[in-house]
Amino acid sequence: MKTYKKIGLAAFAAVSIVACKPKGTETAVSGDAAQKVYVAPGKHDEVMSFVSGGFNGQISVVGLPSGRTLKIVPVFSVHPENGYGFSEETKPMLETSHGFIPWDDQHHLALSQTNGEIDGRYLFANANNTPRVAKIDLKTFRTTEILEIPNSAGNHSSPFLTENTEYVVAGTRFAVPVDGQGDVPIESFKENFKGYLSFIGIGKEDGKMDITFQIEAPGFNFDLSHAGKGKSHGWFFFSCYNSEQANTLLEVNASQNEKDFIMAVNWKKAEEYLKAGKAKKMAVEYAHNTFDESTQMAKSEILKEVSVLSAKELKDICYLIPCPKSPHGCDVDPTGEYIIGSGKLAALIPVFSFDKLMKAIEKKDFSGEFDGIPILKYESVLHGEVQKPGLGPLHTEFDGKGNAYTSMFVSSEVVKWDIKTCKVLDRTPTFYSVGHLMVVGGDTKKPYGKYLVAYNKITKDRYLPTGPELAQSAQLFDISGDKMKLLLDFPTIGEPHYAQAGPAELFTKNQVKFYKLAENKHPYVTRGEGESKVVREGNKVHVYMTSIRSHFAPDNIEGVKVGDEVYFHVTNLEQDWDVPHGFAVKGAQNAELLIMPGETSTLKWVPVKPGMYPMYCTDFCSALHQEMQGYVRVSPAGSNTPLIYSLNNKKDNAQSPVKEGETK
Amino acid sequence: MKSLRTIAFAALAFTLFSCGGDKKTDSIPSGSAETTAATNNESTAEMEATAAKYDPNRGLGKHENVDVSKFDPAMAAAGKKVAEVKCTSCHKTTDEKLVGPGWKGVTTRQTPAWIMNFISNPDPMIDVDPELQKQLELCLVRMPNQGLSDTEAREVLEYMREIDGAK
Repeated sequence: MKTYKKIGLAAFAAVSIVACKPKGTETAVSGDAAQKVYVAPGKHDEVMSFVSGGFNGQISVVGLPSGRTLKIVPVFSVHPENGYGFSEETKPMLETSHGFIPWDDQHHLALSQTNGEIDGRYLFANANNTPRVAKIDLKTFRTTEILEIPNSAGNHSSPFLTENTEYVVAGTRFAVPVDGQGDVPIESFKENFKGYLSFIGIGKEDGKMDITFQIEAPGFNFDLSHAGKGKSHGWFFFSCYNSEQANTLLEVNASQNEKDFIMAVNWKKAEEYLKAGKAKKMAVEYAHNTFDESTQMAKSEILKEVSVLSAKELKDICYLIPCPKSPHGCDVDPTGEYIIGSGKLAALIPVFSFDKLMKAIEKKDFSGEFDGIPILKYESVLHGEVQKPGLGPLHTEFDGKGNAYTSMFVSSEVVKWDIKTCKVLDRTPTFYSVGHLMVVGGDTKKPYGKYLVAYNKITKDRYLPTGPELAQSAQLFDISGDKMKLLLDFPTIGEPHYAQAGPAELFTKNQVKFYKLAENKHPYVTRGEGESKVVREGNKVHVYMTSIRSHFAPDNIEGVKVGDEVYFHVTNLEQDWDVPHGFAVKGAQNAELLIMPGETSTLKWVPVKPGMYPMYCTDFCSALHQEMQGYVRVSPAGSNTPLIYSLNNKKDNAQSPVKEGETK
Repeated sequence: MKSLRTIAFAALAFTLFSCGGDKKTDSIPSGSAETTAATNNESTAEMEATAAKYDPNRGLGKHENVDVSKFDPAMAAAGKKVAEVKCTSCHKTTDEKLVGPGWKGVTTRQTPAWIMNFISNPDPMIDVDPELQKQLELCLVRMPNQGLSDTEAREVLEYMREIDGAK
């Protein structure tokens, strides 16, 4: 009773004191927030979002508004959970010109678009460390292609794409000498270091990626980018810092100039020059890795040539827009008219006008040149400036109703402003240090709007503490009204950078539920238990194995010897949704497998000492899941143990014969 | 005590909502309207209703009048091939139980429509069919849906008929 009295009093006190002044972390949420994020058991989320995994190299799929993580898609990192990068089929996906690289730093994502709207076909992802661009097929949520980017380092302004997915770009964050000519004094930066922008063409039907051309630009650090859309379709905009071209203590030396640049690239013009033969062919080496769904195998090839257009020589493909100061985000509004630069160190947000840009170019309204590239007059291309928006503007997204939302890293807030008038309309705190923002469809021609997610770098007191490293964080805001409303905090995987999202049905409508066994063209497929066998080829032992609820065939193998390379080619015979089988064997030095229904997957296993090695299914599949197991007997090297295999061969319950393995 | 509780909660509610003032907007700027696709979960009442009108001779599904007046050996041979990929991991063609029951005699115990409905979409029938419930208690593994097409289901039926001596 006393307790209730206290609660009552406290509640009255709360009403009188803090009502209508929501400040601080607890009171930042209004009363109906819980209702707005509650997705009842058995109901699905309204929006599917794809969140970059930062330094863990993966992508997480998160439902909104609940904030529930639905899947981790491994892209640039090996993933023991399903054998990605460990199985023989997927190892080639992580090959590069530097060899096998099992991790990367994944920053930005782009959903494929048709007419400037999300079409639900593909998701593109960048690797910031060893420059790569990946494609994830959204029928299967699997990484099906990875392309390495030559002449680049730090593939940061990537993988932004044009409104019909004609191109995905990859702009280098680090200016570097061209590949193969990097052994030069760092002091020779201005002379030898260049900034390369790669335009990756995307096949209309198959989505296949190829580097159609690169543009050789001055040695800036290219940071972020966005394509024009609507009236500005045909142009691409890249923010760049370090116009000083310094190469040491950049936080001081690259912050000297009042303005750096946004580089406007006329890619349609670049295409014309490419067709007219103005590109020079350059000898390079880069990997192109593809996963073939019919054979379920990836392959890696090394490509040797790239076409390069020079921005210096071809005067009308690149123009520089002065932008205060050390610009980071470079965002184009849904109409394609406004280009918003976000100077990390600027006290204002400049909004540039595409129409004015076109006029200025026509009139050659230039204030000079940088390394042969025309610099436009700031005032001639400026639509307006948002004054005192907050500290440390980074990224802007749009709701399609004329409003822009900019993240403020230093002052930890999201600021909503009107694009036409450049007036601030609303601001809301984030907890804490917000990086990217994501409005659902907020970088398309037709934003879905409704939700905004802030991806924060720091969480401090937001969650239960977990040692020195705390959970990474996202915060969901309702932006359907005049004022932004915080609805939910939720932790994320890795350090989230950017995200993409759309209405769920865009992605659910085309999902593959299982692979058809009849269409499985894997070279080591086993279609039915009758075909299962064990084949020795020298010191290689190939096990053609099947799995079904709740047994493997074969489940007993003898005659494997120390020094053998054993390949378990496991075919999952199930033809039903949501019935993967796992495969693990004692002493495996790589990972397990998780084999989807109808799929064949291969684990290489090299036993190092004689003994009895159990193997089993790791994915709980039925009431008798625990019984889904078997043994491999390993004999010493050089022993004469015959190669035999069987399923259910016990003498007291004889069902099937013990079979002799084949030797080739 | 009860009244205090009410007051406390009312006061709390007041705190929570007093700052509202915002109109409740359900409108979505663009795209389609309603959230959430419901799952396949039927309510208990619905399940009971299904069970009540369940026909144990026909099973659940689209197959109704299956013409088995003639035996088609080619179809049975095709059915054997399908079975070897999708069925015989768990079923023997004798009356011996493996993971699931042996096939011998199944065409004398069940109607052609029941067999085709069950093998093409087993889950809903396992939930309601008394015979299948008994089998489940014995085998403890729900028969997987192996994604049989209509043609494949018919072929497998013909193969089962062949096992049972159809000529």
